[in-house]
Amino acid sequence: MTPPVMSSILSAFAARLVACALLLFSLVACDKAPLNNPYPPVDAGLSVLYSAFAERPKHLDPAVAYSSDEYAFIGQIYEPPLQYHYLKRPYQLQPLTATQLPTVRYLDAQKQPLPDDADASAIVFSEYLIKIKPDIHYQPHPAFSRNERGDFLYHALDKATLNDIDTLADLPTQQTRTLRAEDYVYQIKRLAHPKVHSPIAELMAGYIDGFAEFAQQTANVPVKALKDTPMLGAYALDEHRYRILIKGRYPQFLYWLAMPFFAPMPWEADAFYDQPGLKAKNITLDWFPVGTGPYWLEENNPNRRMVLSRNKHYHPDFYPTQGDAGDFEAGLLADAGKRLPFVDRVVYTLEKESIPYWIKFLQGYYDASGITSDSFDQAVTFSTGGDPQLTPLLRDKQIQLQASVSTSIFYLGFNMLDPVVGGDSERARKLRQALSIAVDYEEFISIFANGRGVAAQGVLPPGIFGHQDGEAGLNPVAYDWRDGRAMRKPIADAKRLMTEAGYANGIDPATGRALLLYFDTTAVGTDDRALMNWYRKQFEKLGIELVVRGTDYNRFQEKMRTGAAQIFVWGWNADYPDPENFFFLLYGPNSKVKHGGENAGNYANPEFDRLFEQMRNMDNSPERQHIIDQMQTLLRTDAPWLFGYYPKDFALLHSWYLNMKPARIINNRLKYSRIEDELREQKRRAWNQPIFWPLLLLILAMAAALYPAFKTYKRRQRRLS
Amino acid sequence: MITYIIRRLLYAVPLLVAVNVLTFVLFFVVNSPDDMARMQLGQKHVTEQAIQNWKHQHGYDLPLLWNDPQAGAQKLTETIFYQKSAKLFLFDFGISDSGRNIGSDIRQRMWPSLALALPSLLVGLLVNITLALLVVFFRETYVELGAGVICVTLMSISPLFYIIGGQFFIGKLLNLVPISGFGDGFDAWRFLLLPVAISVVAGIGSGVRWYRTLFLEEVEKDYVRTARAKGLSETQALFKHVLQNAMIPILTGVVVVLPLLFMGSLIMESFFSIPGLGSYTIDAINRQDFAIVRSMVFLGSVLYIVGLLLTDISYTLVDPRVRLN
Amino acid sequence: MVVLWTDALIYLLVATGTVMIWSLSRQRALRRPLRQLARNPIAMVSLTVLVCFALLGLADSIHFRDDGNNVISLLDVACHAMRDSTEKTYSAPFATHLYARETIILADGSTRWDFPRLQHGGAHLTDPESQWAGDVFYKSLGAFLRGAGLMAMIGFLAWADGHEQRRRFLRSPSAKAVFACLCIIVSVTYTLFALSAHYHVLGTDKVGEDVFYQALKSIRTGLVIGLLTTLVMLPLAIVFGIMAGFFKGWVDDIIQFIYTTLNSIPSVLLIAASILMVQVYMANHPDDFDNVLVRADIRLLFLCLILGVTSWTGLCRLLRAETLKLREMEYVQAAQALGVTPATTLFRHILPNVMHIVLISVVLDFSSLVLAEAVLSYINIGVDPTTYSWGNMINSARLEMAREPVVWWSLTAAFVFMFALVLAANLFADAVRDAFDPRRADNTANIAR
Repeated sequence: MTPPVMSSILSAFAARLVACALLLFSLVACDKAPLNNPYPPVDAGLSVLYSAFAERPKHLDPAVAYSSDEYAFIGQIYEPPLQYHYLKRPYQLQPLTATQLPTVRYLDAQKQPLPDDADASAIVFSEYLIKIKPDIHYQPHPAFSRNERGDFLYHALDKATLNDIDTLADLPTQQTRTLRAEDYVYQIKRLAHPKVHSPIAELMAGYIDGFAEFAQQTANVPVKALKDTPMLGAYALDEHRYRILIKGRYPQFLYWLAMPFFAPMPWEADAFYDQPGLKAKNITLDWFPVGTGPYWLEENNPNRRMVLSRNKHYHPDFYPTQGDAGDFEAGLLADAGKRLPFVDRVVYTLEKESIPYWIKFLQGYYDASGITSDSFDQAVTFSTGGDPQLTPLLRDKQIQLQASVSTSIFYLGFNMLDPVVGGDSERARKLRQALSIAVDYEEFISIFANGRGVAAQGVLPPGIFGHQDGEAGLNPVAYDWRDGRAMRKPIADAKRLMTEAGYANGIDPATGRALLLYFDTTAVGTDDRALMNWYRKQFEKLGIELVVRGTDYNRFQEKMRTGAAQIFVWGWNADYPDPENFFFLLYGPNSKVKHGGENAGNYANPEFDRLFEQMRNMDNSPERQHIIDQMQTLLRTDAPWLFGYYPKDFALLHSWYLNMKPARIINNRLKYSRIEDELREQKRRAWNQPIFWPLLLLILAMAAALYPAFKTYKRRQRRLS
Repeated sequence: MITYIIRRLLYAVPLLVAVNVLTFVLFFVVNSPDDMARMQLGQKHVTEQAIQNWKHQHGYDLPLLWNDPQAGAQKLTETIFYQKSAKLFLFDFGISDSGRNIGSDIRQRMWPSLALALPSLLVGLLVNITLALLVVFFRETYVELGAGVICVTLMSISPLFYIIGGQFFIGKLLNLVPISGFGDGFDAWRFLLLPVAISVVAGIGSGVRWYRTLFLEEVEKDYVRTARAKGLSETQALFKHVLQNAMIPILTGVVVVLPLLFMGSLIMESFFSIPGLGSYTIDAINRQDFAIVRSMVFLGSVLYIVGLLLTDISYTLVDPRVRLN
Repeated sequence: MVVLWTDALIYLLVATGTVMIWSLSRQRALRRPLRQLARNPIAMVSLTVLVCFALLGLADSIHFRDDGNNVISLLDVACHAMRDSTEKTYSAPFATHLYARETIILADGSTRWDFPRLQHGGAHLTDPESQWAGDVFYKSLGAFLRGAGLMAMIGFLAWADGHEQRRRFLRSPSAKAVFACLCIIVSVTYTLFALSAHYHVLGTDKVGEDVFYQALKSIRTGLVIGLLTTLVMLPLAIVFGIMAGFFKGWVDDIIQFIYTTLNSIPSVLLIAASILMVQVYMANHPDDFDNVLVRADIRLLFLCLILGVTSWTGLCRLLRAETLKLREMEYVQAAQALGVTPATTLFRHILPNVMHIVLISVVLDFSSLVLAEAVLSYINIGVDPTTYSWGNMINSARLEMAREPVVWWSLTAAFVFMFALVLAANLFADAVRDAFDPRRADNTANIAR
């Protein structure tokens, strides 16, 4: 009998099994560092915040970026002259790099100053003077690097150097320079420059004097020439002062000055990034920002990770010492007066899906999280009083819950150019009103948002001037005020409206069949099926058959632009806390089809437009409120939108995450955040003890199954030989 | 040999041209350059002028296939098709529709893909061959029957279940590995453990069956019978003759997929957010970034053709009887 | 009656399938493998399961308009209890309460945060806590006994049959196995359907739709993907494969070029592009697709088409190789020497002799196509999201697995149904391959000797 190779293999296998088992047992025995930590170890004493991004931000150029995921980064890197007070609500502007809020002077047509109490009609220009603080420095960046003679080191890179670099960090000398007023002016010029493609260029052309002319003038010149081309409406007076000239009155302009569009941009950056070889290496201003803010983008690998690091040149900036009532009790003033920022590094990991994000959050590997509707039951319950509170599971982890109504609205819009649902006819209006009653957004909120929303009674969400609570803010078309709260009207009312509109029982007299309406959406994923079914059910209540036309985003945009859509859902996040930023979505001259504006439903009502123009430039006052109420009433009657709901933001924060106050509009919240690293380390260890016994059990079971096979093998070997 | 390889490479050229034309037509029937521009420029405030600028910047303002106003050869070269396709043959993938350099992205992302795919292939191979040999060894016993049933069962489960189950139990309940993500350098092994294990388990069913058939064919051949009759033990016969002779189909089967390992696994990578080429492709599909998709299609075709070539060459190496001509 | 595109093709498929089986069974050469197949109990049981699935799928392929002008199928009629009894959101199998707590407004106006009662599931119970277990037990026992009784009666009739030949046939192991299998299927199905009138036997999903109903409706999608694809693929593969092998020369070159080109494009990308194309086409012609069902149907059809286009190359290559071998056979050479036209030779001599390869590859491909559907749906290039399919169910179940407590029933339902179908298909495919592959037939003969 020859020595069986197989048996030696098997016994070796068995020996290894035992070894493995021993190893595993030894692992079980002691308190090990978590095996599932997705991060490499960090240096001691460094405070790191862990967050995630779902999709790489498209643009990090402050002249182009215009979405919340992009602002999450550039809000920390670039500093516009103004910012919102971190703690006070309603939102208050305060200077950031400016020394004080800008001073405004009104001018007449000859640009001669007018007295402050001048009649509004006499005002042709408003002039803003902005003073910035001295001694603010940019982050170190190769664009600023000069040699001893004062020449720029890297503004004309040769081929050899270009071949050697993959990221900016490969250029050894990185210098800084002070912030100058002309950098702010330069950025405004960039907004106008057609090659930059700023999304607000068209809008600003209507406000800033000489903006459109500048755009024409520079249409064919390279970016480098912008510096030396003057713009009528924006110029620096000296190192620290610059002026912006606005056509007419536009009080909301101050809000714009708190947005990254008006952050400073050194001309050196443009000159540096304009070099041909860099673009091929993905080194552009869109990927490597240059700012004065508390953080700079140390690593930008949109395939995996983005890392913000503390800017060592960051100017003195302190945690606010005053806040709203209740902020002190909430511990939000514990760090009052301390130097910002607190966190040294912020690591954003690419996390495309909600499930792993949520699990990692529960394991302590992300410091904060939103709540998807699927993880909601796990996170939140409602008390008997209807207040949200955390489930025991999360309370045991000492997670904090923050709930706030955000300054956004999700609405269902009708294309007013559509022959069936649109237009000013009584028939279409009744149909829209009937649908206002039938589509039950209370149910929507409870199914798809787990109650995280408030059914909208009008265009303006709470927190925006002009929003009214209670009976005064009721939408009388779809709701009744009963027992101290708004009750949706019964479906019979909607059916009556349908009959009045000529669609008795939902039958279209033209075809004799159920009325067909089309719902255009980009929600084509599997997860959206439930949502679409829900909409279908709502329309079915009136006997209407809703056809969902799902397309990709491109097609959807195309349809919206050409007016081929009929019914759509859309959302709007406020750019700034002013009713104008919501009502302009319904302003006739902003029609998407006719003028390429943001009025996606192409609603046009002369009376509404007139009121809008009147309301637009007013300061907040009872008169403004009165006009706003009139506008809301018009909209409720015409029902170009089903107002949908105002989403409530629920955020979950771990116990070690401090100083967080919800505010969607404030872009630079990161510098206020503080992390207690010790506590986090301790909790992570406690929550992530590996569990080995099921694996051992599995291995044992397999071994047990192998045993009879082994016996058979022995028998066989004997029989065969 | 050299001339054969050169001939095969030349044969690849018309193939790649055909692939290119096909994908180009397919994609540009779907979307016009205007759509792409609007997609890339974001959703708030996009003007007609911005779209024109974007198209010009990315070279989409030319006619698709035929430029009539131009003279001579420029009728053909001054088109989107020519401009966008010709460079592919020099492996210059250009700039993606969102403005990133595709070549450098691919170079960066192919390593994670490989780090996932290669261990999956090798471990899978090892496990499958071992198990198949065991099954062959125990042929005509209840072990073979049981193994057959288990294999069919494993095969009948959708790969999605393995992934969902694995992530749920190992990652979420037992805290043994990170849920998803990727690490630098060697730290990556912790992230790869689970996906590799899952792809191995998911492949056992069909793999073991396939190798079992291969081995069974060899086992029944006359020379193996003779060897056994001459007193060779069952194990020796299996290892000396069966495995050795089955090596040829095994090897060629592996070689043909080797180059394609660079392309990564679409599902695995996106489930475990491994930054490889598979998830790159999926993202590109979802974002409708045609430049990337076209580059990936081209790359896939090139790698496939390389795989075929390698197979032919490896045939001659393992089996001296095969001559290439 | 409303005939959707896929319906029409299914009818066509049933017709061609019947014709093919009839013609196959008349061929002498195939008698032996068919007999072998019939003697294999596993194969027969799998076939039974497949036929049951096919019947359900077929019932779901006969569409007509109901009173409300909705297009529904025969299966929908049978399942009307499940279809109409939608809840608000998740509920567990056999549950009487919702799975999630919500604010309930009590009669006195106060509110309570609790699990509300279901509108339909267990609505007949006045006190769920005490009555539930007994009610479920008696209802299922009763229904199961009725189903089993029916089968027992059939079994008794068969047993009492005096006809000698039939007796022998009915006593064969295959027949017994099939009967046992049918017993289980019929009684379980009967039980499930009977209970569905009172409970959601597999729970409800996020918008409160019955999961059992979804799983049943998904059968058709799975079958359509698995079968219609072959309908697309077969003509391409057979025509091109045989032509390449038979004519050789430039025909062969061109056909090889085509399939190498198609093969070298990653099929996922090809599928993605085509699905996008269909969507655009539908977006541009909204009037032709005014119905959700029609739109989903067209997408399904195109998915089959494009899967067919990407998967014919494998079979084509096999057929080409086989034809190359066959054309050197003496009888083919003789036929050519006698001046028989190529067309006749192809039909008379080549085609019948490669049919076993076609058959084997069809049954083998079926299960992998069903599995592929789920994967494609995951990356959103599969069937329409409104179509009921196991892929879509699994996809949404991924989110449910992250919930706490876990919503497991959607995933389980999809798993069980899909697993049953694919397992049956795989087992049947194995048996078919064993029976029809000449090499294997020799092998078994060798071993038998």
